Amino acid sequence: MVHATLLVNRTPCRSKSMKNKSLVSIDDLTTDEILKVLNLAEGFEKEPVQRLLEGKVIATLFFEPSTRTRLSFESAVNRLGGKIVGFAEASTSSVTKGETLNDTIRTVSNYCDLIVMRHPVEGSARFASEIAGVPVINAGDGANQHPTQTLLDLYSIRKTQGTLDNLNIFMVGDLKYGRTVHSLMMAMSRWNTTFNFIAPDELKMPDEFKLYLENLGLRYYEHSDFTDIISRADIIYMTRVQKERFSDPIEYEKVKNVYVLKDKMLRNTKPNLRILHPLPRVNEIHTDVDRNPKAYYFEQALNGVYTRQAILCTLLGIK
Amino acid sequence: MKEPKQLMVSAIQNGTVIDHVPAKNLFKVIQILGLDHIDNQITFGTNLESKKLGRKAIIKISDKYFEDDDINRIALVAPDAKLNIIRDYEVVEKKVVEVPDAITGIARCMNPQCITNFEQVTTRFRVVSKKNVSLKCHYCEKITSQENMQII
Repeated sequence: MVHATLLVNRTPCRSKSMKNKSLVSIDDLTTDEILKVLNLAEGFEKEPVQRLLEGKVIATLFFEPSTRTRLSFESAVNRLGGKIVGFAEASTSSVTKGETLNDTIRTVSNYCDLIVMRHPVEGSARFASEIAGVPVINAGDGANQHPTQTLLDLYSIRKTQGTLDNLNIFMVGDLKYGRTVHSLMMAMSRWNTTFNFIAPDELKMPDEFKLYLENLGLRYYEHSDFTDIISRADIIYMTRVQKERFSDPIEYEKVKNVYVLKDKMLRNTKPNLRILHPLPRVNEIHTDVDRNPKAYYFEQALNGVYTRQAILCTLLGIK
Repeated sequence: MKEPKQLMVSAIQNGTVIDHVPAKNLFKVIQILGLDHIDNQITFGTNLESKKLGRKAIIKISDKYFEDDDINRIALVAPDAKLNIIRDYEVVEKKVVEVPDAITGIARCMNPQCITNFEQVTTRFRVVSKKNVSLKCHYCEKITSQENMQII
């Protein structure tokens, strides 16, 4: 099995309106549609409380736990004046009685105007979008897609850099299994990005993604350490190197401290540099970085609310 | 000494002959084309010698002609299959199988974490490589390559 989608050309749906569409994968969106969502999110940052979802019911179906994604969606709905139904873990739903996803989705879509779903099984969101009578937003389907994370990452990058064009992005940590880095890489490849991939050998960016960049004529560089090159970065996107990903525990011990960002490493970096992380973090960003103005991961999490407000309104055809 | 009895199955008057089917996939071809559910006369031979395939099978279906879309469904299991269209004992047309752009049903997604392996969902794939056939799952977006392909 190959990881994902390099062989895929970008063939998102080209319709003029995103109304009543589902958002399952970032590739579902054209570049114009992405920019439209980001522009809308800017408006929500300026004026977060707008009662545009008055009378609307949003179902949040979280078949596996989540902190940021679920709470930021629910915060987004509340700020828009909508109501929420749903569950935060599968154990409080009829799944425990053996109900299929098919039946749950068909039932719940009778009760709401839009479904936000996280589910551990890959492809569950695409399937749900085909059987629900209402738009479905994929809030993570296993290791597959998490498009609203990618959109909030893009929003954070554009907000801090003033542009998405011609940036130098450093991706650090687990580049093999991390769905957020894969989606972000695919999305940023639309804007002439230079990529630097910093990862231990066991967790390197899979070949098919590199081939994808090569086919687009984009530059990428691979490193096993980043202390010497960090001064070139506009964005550092950190991810967690998880012990359980290593077949040999000794290999993990060797590299576990190589991919930890500390405040003193940021001394000679660009003034516009910002550190992003999809969170949760464990130890890969030392807490002494939190005080550095270049640390942006908590603001990034806040941007998730504005971005999700924009996505909800777009799919419901309200803005 | 008795004369060996021989059944004349070699020629059909009208219909389709599917040749160069890998012997091991004969019954998959029968299944994919739904030949086990039709009333037409069908004869087949299998484990016949073939220079190209080693062991091949051949299927002869009387009074039956296939649409290209139908016949291309067997491309995953019989990519070298050749069809002879027979009318009044004569071969009037020859066709080869082409790998289609999309596959619905037929193959299983090899990703054990894919929704199609959890619920009753018809598999759907986009063919991302036709030479060494590889399929991208419409649902989980993972690639199933030829060597890992399982026919449902």
